[in-house]
Amino acid sequence: MAIKLYLLLLVFLSSAIASFSLYEDQVGLMDWHQRYIGKVKHAVFHTQKTGRKRVIVSTEENVVASLDLRHGEIFWRHVLGTKDAIDGVDIALGKYVITLSSEGSMLRAWNLPDGQMVWETSLHSSHHSKSLLSVPINLKVDKDYPILVFGGGYLHAVSPLDGEVLWKKDFTAEGFEVQRVLQPLESSIIYVLGFLRSSEAVVYQIDSRSGEVVAEKTTAFPGGFSGEISSVSNDKVVVLDSTRSILVTISFLDGGDVSFQKTRISDLVEDSGEAEILPPRFSDMLAVKVNKRTVFVRVGGEGKLEVVDSLSDETAMSDSLPVADDQVAFASVHHEGSKIHLTVKLVDDLETVLLRESIQMDQHRGRVDKVFINNYIKTDRSNGFRALIVMEDHSLLLLQQGAIVWSREEGLASVTDVTTAELPVEKDGVSVAKVEHTLVDWLKGHILKLKGSLLLASPEDVAAIQEMRMKSSGRSKLTRDHNGFRKLFIALTRAGKLFALHTGDGRIVWSVLLNSPACARPSGVSLYQWQVPHHHAMDENPSVLVVGRCGSDSSSPGVLSFVDVYTGKEISSSDIGHSVVQVMPLPFTDSTEQRLHLIADTDGHVHLYPKTSEALSIFQREFQNVYWYNVEDDKGIIRGHGMKSSCSGETADEYCFTTRELWTVVFPSESEKIISTLTRKPNEVVHTQAKVSTDQDVLYKYVSRNLLFVATVSPKGAGEIGSVTPEESALVVYLIDTITGRILHRLSHQGCQGPVHAVFSENWVVYHYFNLRAHKYEVTVVEIYDQSRAENKNVWKLVLGKHNLTAPISSYSRPEMFTKSQSYFFPQSVKTIAVTSTAKGITSKQLLIGTIGDQILALDKRFVDPRRTLNPSQAEKEEGIIPLTDSLPIIPQSYITHSLKVEGLRGIVTAPAKLESTTHVFAYGVDLFYTRLAPSKTYDSLTDDFSYALLLITIVALVAAIYITWAISEKKELSEKWR
Amino acid sequence: MAPIIRSSPALAFLVLQISFIFFASTLPLSSGSEDGYTITGRVKIPPSNVIGHTAKSSNVKVILNGGQSVTFLRPDGYFTFHKVPAGTHLIEVSAMGYFFSPVRVDVSARHHGKVHATLTETRRSLTELVLEPLREEQYYEIREPFSMLSMVKSPMGLMVGFMVVVVFLMPKLMENIDPEEMKQAQEEMRRQGVPSLSSLLPSAGASR
Repeated sequence: MAIKLYLLLLVFLSSAIASFSLYEDQVGLMDWHQRYIGKVKHAVFHTQKTGRKRVIVSTEENVVASLDLRHGEIFWRHVLGTKDAIDGVDIALGKYVITLSSEGSMLRAWNLPDGQMVWETSLHSSHHSKSLLSVPINLKVDKDYPILVFGGGYLHAVSPLDGEVLWKKDFTAEGFEVQRVLQPLESSIIYVLGFLRSSEAVVYQIDSRSGEVVAEKTTAFPGGFSGEISSVSNDKVVVLDSTRSILVTISFLDGGDVSFQKTRISDLVEDSGEAEILPPRFSDMLAVKVNKRTVFVRVGGEGKLEVVDSLSDETAMSDSLPVADDQVAFASVHHEGSKIHLTVKLVDDLETVLLRESIQMDQHRGRVDKVFINNYIKTDRSNGFRALIVMEDHSLLLLQQGAIVWSREEGLASVTDVTTAELPVEKDGVSVAKVEHTLVDWLKGHILKLKGSLLLASPEDVAAIQEMRMKSSGRSKLTRDHNGFRKLFIALTRAGKLFALHTGDGRIVWSVLLNSPACARPSGVSLYQWQVPHHHAMDENPSVLVVGRCGSDSSSPGVLSFVDVYTGKEISSSDIGHSVVQVMPLPFTDSTEQRLHLIADTDGHVHLYPKTSEALSIFQREFQNVYWYNVEDDKGIIRGHGMKSSCSGETADEYCFTTRELWTVVFPSESEKIISTLTRKPNEVVHTQAKVSTDQDVLYKYVSRNLLFVATVSPKGAGEIGSVTPEESALVVYLIDTITGRILHRLSHQGCQGPVHAVFSENWVVYHYFNLRAHKYEVTVVEIYDQSRAENKNVWKLVLGKHNLTAPISSYSRPEMFTKSQSYFFPQSVKTIAVTSTAKGITSKQLLIGTIGDQILALDKRFVDPRRTLNPSQAEKEEGIIPLTDSLPIIPQSYITHSLKVEGLRGIVTAPAKLESTTHVFAYGVDLFYTRLAPSKTYDSLTDDFSYALLLITIVALVAAIYITWAISEKKELSEKWR
Repeated sequence: MAPIIRSSPALAFLVLQISFIFFASTLPLSSGSEDGYTITGRVKIPPSNVIGHTAKSSNVKVILNGGQSVTFLRPDGYFTFHKVPAGTHLIEVSAMGYFFSPVRVDVSARHHGKVHATLTETRRSLTELVLEPLREEQYYEIREPFSMLSMVKSPMGLMVGFMVVVVFLMPKLMENIDPEEMKQAQEEMRRQGVPSLSSLLPSAGASR
């Protein structure tokens, strides 16, 4: 009976669907969320005397945001679509933020205080071109001063009040490219200067009310212009000619003709080369970059040019800013060692230095990339300046009064790769911060918790409990804990900076900007675990391998960098002299537990790292067993390779090897195009190969590391939804063995298209795609089982030794396998899918689905089980099979991001904790989010909520009850004896 | 009405909602142009009754074709997609705290960009492109108020319950046993020393 009861209980427990759920007061206990905006492109200050001081920024992550100028916090922000890059941002009428995006074809106005979109206007554009936004400066609400936008061959005048297009001028026929728009104050005439076929300068005078062309003047310039232009005053611009050696001053005086004045750069600077006009705008002056030096050129009254100053290349400059008394100032910033120097000078008189400050930087952030300045009036009526600077590592800093007021690590908005690392082990003798001080404190805390759980706590108590929980268990300590909850997430950013984030509170433990002797700043590509000592070499610190590239092209030379995880120091950095196409960690380590890696280059050679003789001997032993494959998705070919020989014949490098092609899978280019490929995570742990079903049947999972999932779609269906009809598109998925090139399974979905987001774990693949017929998203699961071992389920066979369990498993043999699959509808677009991973693989799995709304949904794997049927039998129900439904449920409580958004979500990384039930989840995009998940609840540890006080009270009550009943029974016995 | 919008968005929202009852029939759905059509619609979020949800229309995104283009709501709840080619498209609304069904939108080239919209979840056809949430989403579990039942259900409660049963019900059971049998059993116990479960069970069975 007891056994039956126990069984019933077990069944009850297993059938309850363990969904992730959180109480509102648990937010922030296990998770953290960081909001970023990305590398700032434009910044506009809004510092009126009253109200909050803010700066409006637009970034390379297509974010428009309003930041608090005092603390650097985000007032509001909006992440535009991925194809909606922001070209310009400005403030109109003192209350609207105007953004121009999508190459000058989308104009939006946002309410300055709260970020509500006020209006949106789509503008005509015929072709791709650079765009230009001109917002009138005066604050008067007057329709006479429209916003002028040029983009894609059209000039539009838009009312700042409601976004109505007042007039538009079509320049597409002439091929006229607008370079500058001037709106003189107190005048209704707009001057539009542009180039016609890069050889004629045209000035239009347009009535700002009607859009009529009042006057038009064309002047041919035989030399031709090249791009950059710098406007120095209301009637003069300076441009380079096509040879980039002559500066041309174009004057277009009111009513007068357009006139050119040529000045050779060689006349200005000695030993000149090709020149480049730098973007900062000054009045009556321009900055030209010649021979890695920045030269300031003053433009005189008659267009005469003279050099006034020159600076080193490392200097960034701001636009000029009008300060009091008709003076104009600009800021220049350069760094020197760990210091940055900020100088504010008057444009008219470069000898007058308004401000000179040196600021100590606590960490290496590279060169200064951009400077934006703003002035304020100090109490003594002199001018004060604040400077917003963007560094090479994308961080944003506000400098004021010789100090960094605030800084934002905006590099973290562009994470490219993430890996995990352990923290150092707590050493003896290292003093450990005591969590609970005395028994009394400990008991007090637990009594408080008990009060809370019995809902008897007063609001003050609740606050105290919350504070206690936040601080509890030393979760932000820099040492390992025995549950493995404290870890480091190592994130590589696009700027080539490496960050180590603590799982406890998300703070940056260390950060390092990668260096390379060959190029100034390599861009980060990917991250690998290089050395993880856990059996040998215990005195070595673990390290990670960072693969970088000296350039954006895949054929550009690679850079390897090794970073110590404990200290964040770069151990070594080397230029490897060949390109990096593919990095393959091998399943071998040397005696110091350095993992062997193969790096394939563009020439078809592979290179072995580390370059030690020991690694070479290990590799030579396994030489015949090393295979690799590459996917050429533009050609639709997958190639498998084996090792051939050392390429010592061609080069003297003994760590370089040639490969031979073993197999190719060619997809017909007219009907199939590769859109997604995926393999299993190499470090994934599978607990058991066998799967016992209800009717005592055993299924063997086909667990192979050499399976490749490939999804192809008809070339017509490779575009967006809505560009293809169901008849024209088909999605085909393949499972390919990467050793032999065999196609093990092929599944075709007619009338479906991509994008395909897939996840591959153990013996199953789950993928998400669009079904055009139903016009809904679908999720399909494919589970792969081993047929060859299916006969091993008879006990007698095992006893008599007639099983084939001891038969060697070879990757070359043809696997006998069968698959089960099932499809379901899914009601949302998906950005990425991941799966939870635990230390031993015992805990059931959850899919982590990053939805289009930038939330992450945890979906139990049991919802995507091909054994689901409409009416599961009693036995199947006991096993936990959920009745089949046509669509997967979205349970709001199972959003692991709860009421937060990971804006611009791009990837989800999971890593096992030491505690089997628990997994770390890290999601990155523009924002970062971390949480700890227990897919089957924490069955192997007590939760933080566990009430020890209740346990103690129960024990005390029981003991007391025992004594009381004992006393009563004594008494009763005595009275009975007397009777 | 403009000053109302600025001073109190909630009030303005109500006013606008009322006004839309009159203007709904004139709702513009699309207009043609040389490089595609325009889809205009409206997102209507009812005033929330879930605490902690602020239906801020500034945080609502409307997404075309899984991210091909993203737009935002104007203060009156309207959104517009520009330059959309003719064909069948998918519009999704991302608003924290609400679940919206994706909408299948057919833009007809023959009828100059006439828009026909269907909710894909409920297969309901929309006469106008007014999107309303299917349901509100509550992201947090609600803490159940303290109840005796939950106490009893907890392991500790079960333990106490079992103790209570043993303490109060067992003597009652003992009372029902014949005093003769009781004596017999006690004697047996004394003879055997420590009583074991196995020795007690068969004797009890035999005596009956």
